[in-house]
Amino acid sequence: MLRVVEHTKWWFTLSLIIIVLGIGSIFVRGVNTGIDFVGGTIIDVNMGKDFSMDDAKTIIDKYAKDCELVKATNNSAVELNIKAKVGVIKDEDVTSIVNDLKGKFGNDVSLISHDSIGPSIGNELKQKALLSLSIAIIAMLIYVGFRFELKYGAAAVLALVHDVLITLSVYFIFHLPINTSFIAAVLTIIGYSMNDTIVIFDRIRENLKNMRKTELKEVVDHSISQTIVRSIYTVSTTLITTAAVHIFVPSVREFTLPLLVGIASGCYSSICIASPIWVILKTKVKKTVAA
Amino acid sequence: MKSKSKSAALFIVTVAVIALVAYVGAFGLEVGGYRFKSFGETIKRGLDLTGGVSVVEEIQDQNVDMDKLQRTIDLIRLRINKLGVSENAVNQEGKGKIRIDVPGVYDTKDVIENVAKTGKLTFVDPDKNVILTGADIKDAKAGFNQEGKAVVNFQLTTEGTQKFADATQKFLGKTIAIYMDDQEISSPTVSTVITQGAGEITGSKTIEDAKRDASIIKSGALPVTVKTASAKVVSATLGADALPKSIKGGLVGISLIFIFMILLYRGPGLMADIALVLYIVLVLMIYSVIGATLTLSGIAAFLLTVGMAVDANVLMFERIKEELRTGKSISSAVHNGYHKALSSILDSNITTAIAGLVLYLVGTGSVKGFALTLLIGIVVSLFTAIVVTRFLMNLAINMGLLNKVWLFGVKRGE
Repeated sequence: MLRVVEHTKWWFTLSLIIIVLGIGSIFVRGVNTGIDFVGGTIIDVNMGKDFSMDDAKTIIDKYAKDCELVKATNNSAVELNIKAKVGVIKDEDVTSIVNDLKGKFGNDVSLISHDSIGPSIGNELKQKALLSLSIAIIAMLIYVGFRFELKYGAAAVLALVHDVLITLSVYFIFHLPINTSFIAAVLTIIGYSMNDTIVIFDRIRENLKNMRKTELKEVVDHSISQTIVRSIYTVSTTLITTAAVHIFVPSVREFTLPLLVGIASGCYSSICIASPIWVILKTKVKKTVAA
Repeated sequence: MKSKSKSAALFIVTVAVIALVAYVGAFGLEVGGYRFKSFGETIKRGLDLTGGVSVVEEIQDQNVDMDKLQRTIDLIRLRINKLGVSENAVNQEGKGKIRIDVPGVYDTKDVIENVAKTGKLTFVDPDKNVILTGADIKDAKAGFNQEGKAVVNFQLTTEGTQKFADATQKFLGKTIAIYMDDQEISSPTVSTVITQGAGEITGSKTIEDAKRDASIIKSGALPVTVKTASAKVVSATLGADALPKSIKGGLVGISLIFIFMILLYRGPGLMADIALVLYIVLVLMIYSVIGATLTLSGIAAFLLTVGMAVDANVLMFERIKEELRTGKSISSAVHNGYHKALSSILDSNITTAIAGLVLYLVGTGSVKGFALTLLIGIVVSLFTAIVVTRFLMNLAINMGLLNKVWLFGVKRGE
């Protein structure tokens, strides 16, 4: 039988390390806010071959000063990423910018994508994101509280918070932009993690009925041992399909990377975080009652 | 208990039907002059799969009633029709915003100028008073003037003619500025009094610009003021690339799952794989029927649900294996395993559904597409995993196909 609850301290420490690394990354690289929540413009241009940043800057300065220019190599293509705050680059100027770049750097230059968000939409998206996260977590708490007792719900939600923090840390460490696909990824991870946690809790509840005389720690360990195969299989199948999309479709990688990490974290948190927390909650209350 | 041959017949028919629908969905079928379209032809594709421009216009006026909003949308649809784009491209988004999706066009300026501007035309006198508006214009047509420049020839209404005559008389020798929204497009000097109520507006760079302005003037300005709130361009290559790559990734992922299930669960695994094929077909069919737009994130969601759809089967099969290990007969193990797993399956899928529902209600654009696929996937996967897999397994057991314990991946005496 697996001994999970015994090593609770190890699990908590591991998670803490990742989260601390994430927070540390904020100080080192700052947060990439993307443009969805703060507004702004992102333009991706395919430059064909290597180019001089200074020359590119001269051209772009004619239309908008104060842009962040980044050179990126994607497979064999060299890209120029232009990022600017709200209102700095006018939407009407984008084609002209690309044409000027074409004039200077050759006909291989082409626009890959252009994304611009005004300030009002940015605010709205931010509000909607926070709203959806809150509603989802509350709804799940209600549902779990309804199907199981409250301590299960609390443990499950704490595991969810853990998963969100781990996902955030990945975003910070890899400097990924925090935008609406982040929110979609987080909500999906929350759904999946809850899914996983419930399967284990279901088993614990069932075993508690049949193992009244056994110590709580052992019941939980037993339940985990019984469900571990299923947990591993399911997280594997979900990861396989998501990884396939991640590998073959470069344009969604911003979205699938957090999904991959989050799903793995969701599985890990159900086994190593949620169950031990539940044991702690259960035993702490028992102690208070006894006293 | 069904007879062996009846079960066998039912089993073969079921598998054949699933295979047939899958084939038609993938490749289409011609039967007696009528064509069954494949999914590739019937499912609408989002902008991130086709490439194009997406612009969201925000209405600046306060308290716009439904009527005005609808008229605004209709007017924009009229404009976009002239470009040869379907009216479906224009839709209301949330409160007071209109989303315009134009596939095949890659210049935001183009879309904004042609379709998404308010289009208010004003003639302003030197004292900054408005003399005429677009409402006073009866007809507008693009053409070339004597100097060969592109112009917009306009004809005024009876009212407008009078107003214009008065104005040209009052401001003879002075300039009257002509504005389109906030932009001054022309400021001619009044050389004669114009009583016929006709004239030309110079200032268009090309005949295309003139045609565009004429069209906007003629169809009328939008009843509200709009401002571009967001714009997005997906280039043709990015769009064209995305779908084939996704299909490739999807096929690889799904094939791996098929193999995975057979390796781990052997006989039942095969049943689960057949049910999975049905799952994929059903989801695509629903998408096709409800006319939902498939986006790139929708594809990601879809493949995610494929991975999760297998979970219900895993839960069932693990329970069945447990029952078999305790020595129960195959039929009772399947029966017990199924029922014990059911509550876990329902509970866990409901929570994912909650997440999906919240995302759908609160999200916009690509997030909404993602959430919709997630929700459809959960509902259908519950059906295929709970109903279809069990149906196939029972048939197979009755047929005698699944009558050995090792076919479940269990060694007796484990």
